[in-house]
Amino acid sequence: MKVAVCVKQIPDPADPGALDPSTNTLKRDTKLILDESDSYGVEMALQLVDTAGGGEVTLISMAPNNEVNGLRTALAMGADKAILVSDDALAGSDALGTAKVLAAAIARVEPDLVLAATESSDGYTGTVPEQIAELMGLPSVTFAKAIQAADGKVNVQRQTEAGYDDVTCPMPCLVSVTAGVVEPRYPSFKGIMAAKSKPVDELSIADLGIEAGAVGWAGGGQEIVAVVDAPTRDAGEIIEDEGEAFQRIVSFLEEHKVI
Amino acid sequence: MSVGTIWVLAEASNGAVASITLEMLAKARELADTVECVFGGDGDSVAAELGAHGATAVHATGDLAGALPGPSVAGAMAAAIAGGASPSAIFIGTTQTGRDVAGRLSVKLDAPVITNVTDVADDGGLVGVEPAFGGTQLVHTRFTSDKAGIFLLRPKSFEASETGGAAAAVSALTVPDLGAAGAAVVTNSFVEESVGPKLDEAGVVVSGGRGLGEQDKFEMIEQLASKLGAAPGASRAIVDAGWVPYSYQVGQTGKVVKPDVYIAAGISGATQHLVGMKGSKTIIAINKDSEAPIFGVADLGIVGDVHKVLPQLLEALAARG
Ligand SMILES: Cc1cc2nc3c(=O)[nH]c(=O)nc-3n(C[C@H](O)[C@H](O)[C@H](O)COP(=O)(O)OP(=O)(O)OC[C@H]3O[C@@H](n4cnc5c(N)ncnc54)[C@H](O)[C@@H]3O)c2cc1C
Ligand SMILES: Nc1ncnc2c1ncn2[C@@H]1O[C@H](COP(=O)(O)O)[C@@H](O)[C@H]1O
Repeated sequence: MKVAVCVKQIPDPADPGALDPSTNTLKRDTKLILDESDSYGVEMALQLVDTAGGGEVTLISMAPNNEVNGLRTALAMGADKAILVSDDALAGSDALGTAKVLAAAIARVEPDLVLAATESSDGYTGTVPEQIAELMGLPSVTFAKAIQAADGKVNVQRQTEAGYDDVTCPMPCLVSVTAGVVEPRYPSFKGIMAAKSKPVDELSIADLGIEAGAVGWAGGGQEIVAVVDAPTRDAGEIIEDEGEAFQRIVSFLEEHKVI
Repeated sequence: MSVGTIWVLAEASNGAVASITLEMLAKARELADTVECVFGGDGDSVAAELGAHGATAVHATGDLAGALPGPSVAGAMAAAIAGGASPSAIFIGTTQTGRDVAGRLSVKLDAPVITNVTDVADDGGLVGVEPAFGGTQLVHTRFTSDKAGIFLLRPKSFEASETGGAAAAVSALTVPDLGAAGAAVVTNSFVEESVGPKLDEAGVVVSGGRGLGEQDKFEMIEQLASKLGAAPGASRAIVDAGWVPYSYQVGQTGKVVKPDVYIAAGISGATQHLVGMKGSKTIIAINKDSEAPIFGVADLGIVGDVHKVLPQLLEALAARG
C-alpha cells in the first residue's frame, strides 16, 4: 500500500516568534520542526503499511528555504522518502494555495491513501486536508480516531460532537487524523542515522506546473486590514493553599449562587 | 456596499437545530438584508426553527442517505451559485461538518476561507475578526475579490435570538453528481453518554487535566460536577490519553463553553484550551504551579495540589448537604 503523509514543518511552539509590523506576517527565522500534529499521521501510515504487509510511506511538505529538519524527524521514524516543495513565490500562501501545491505534489506519488492532521498547530485552519481531497477528486474522512485499511477501502472511526461515527470509504482517499489515533514512536538511533541518506525530492512550483500568480500573496484573495490588541481579563485573586483554600472556593460559589 | 444576502449553513441533530446555527443567524441578521439557510437534510424538519431565528428561506438537499455532508452540501451550494444564486457571504460553523463543507466549497468556488472567526464587522465590506498569538491580538481580514466570502465562525461567538419570523420557505437544493468524491458513507453512529447537563449548555463546568495524575482521579471531577449540577469537561491531554471521551474536550478542537462558573483543576491553560473557556463569566483555577498560564484568566486562582483541595472541597460541600 502506498501512503502519502502531509507533514507541516513549523516554528517551535515553545518559541512563539513575533509579528513583522512592516508586512503583518509572522517572522520565522528559526529552524522549523515537525508539527507534532503530523507525527500521528506518520505513525499511522507506518502501521498501516506494516499491516498491509508492504508498501511505501512518502512525506509531502511545503516549507520555505528548503527546510528539511522536520522531514528528517519523520524519516527517522521510518518513512521511506519525502517530497519538499519550496519556492519564494509561496510566501504568504493561504490554506487554499497550500492545498493546491500539496495536491500537485501528492499526485506524483499516486497513493492509495493520503493522510494529514485534522489541524496544524500553528495555522489551525483545519481546511487544508479537505481542500486537497476536493482538488484531487478524492473522497475523504476527517477527524479520524481509528483507521483500518483492507480490501481496497478504509474503515474509520470519525469523531463527532456527541461521540463517533463508523465511516467506510473506498481507496484512493484522504483521511485526516486526530491526536488520539495512535501513539507516535520516538525515532531510534538507527532510524536517525538511516534518515540522513533517505531521498528528499525538492521541487519548485514550476516543477509542479503551478503559476506563481495562483499561490502566495497574489493568489490569496484575502488581506489583513488591521491587527489590534484583544481585550484582557482583569487580574483575579490568587491564593496559596495552606489547607484552607477550599473554603474560599465554597464562598466564591456562594457569591455566584452556584450553591 | 450593503450586504445583500448571507447564507448560513444550518446543522441539526434529531430535528433540533444546532446552537451554532442560531448564533450565526443572529449575526447574519445584523449584517445583511436577507438571511437564508442551506441545509444538508430534510428542510421541513428545520424550517420553523430557522424561520423563528430570521431565516426567510432554507435551501435543503433532502436526506443524504448516510453520505458525509462535506462533498454533497458544498457541491450543491457551488451548483446553485453557478446557476445564478449570489450570496455576498457564507457563514459556516467551526464544526466537523462545517470544516468539511468550507474546505470543499472553497475549492469549488476557487475562493479562500477566513477561519477561526469570532466576530464579523461591516466596514464597507465584511471583515472577519480572528484571535491570534495566544488570543492576545485580533487580526482583521477581508476578502479582496467579489466572490462569495466564506467565513468559518467559532461557536459561542454570538448570542442567538428569536425574531418570531414565519417558517423559512423550503426550496430544493440539487446535489450534482459527485463522482468518487462523494463515496464515504456513515454505517453506524455512536453517542457517548455523559451524565448531567450538556457541556456547552451548562451553567457550571468542572474540567480536569493531566494534573489529576491518573484516570481514576477524574472521579473527583465527576463528583464535584454532580454536586454542583455542572457538566464535567477535560483538557485534550487527558482525552488523548483515553481517560475520558472526546465529547468532554474543551478547547480549540473541542467544545467552546461559556458557563457562569468554570472550574479548571490540574489544567495548565495552553492557548488551545483557553480559547474554549476564556469567555466564561467567572473562572476558578486550581494548579500547583503558580506560573501556570491558567492563572492569567482566573478570577479565583488556588495555587495548590488538586489531590488536597478537591477532596476537601467535596467534603465541605457534602457537609452542607
Ligand atoms: C492543534 C492543536 C489543538 C489543540 N486543541 C486543544 C483543545 O481543544 N483543548 C485542549 O485542552 N488542548 C488542546 N490542545 C493541547 C494543548 O496545547 C495542551 O497540550 C493541553 O491543553 C494540555 O492539557 P493539560 O493542561 O491537561 O496538561 P499539561 O499542560 O500537562 O498541564 C498539567 C497541569 O497540571 C498541573 N499539575 C500537575 N500536578 C498537579 C497537582 N497535583 N495539583 C494541581 N496541579 C497539578 C501542572 O502544573 C500543569 O500546569 C491542542 C493542541 C494543538 C497543537
Ligand atoms: N505546508 C504544509 N506542508 C505539509 N502539510 C501541510 C501544510 N499545511 C497544512 N498541511 C497539512 O494539513 C493539515 C491541516 O492544516 P491546517 O489546515 O493549516 O490546519 C496539517 O496538519 C498538515 O497535515
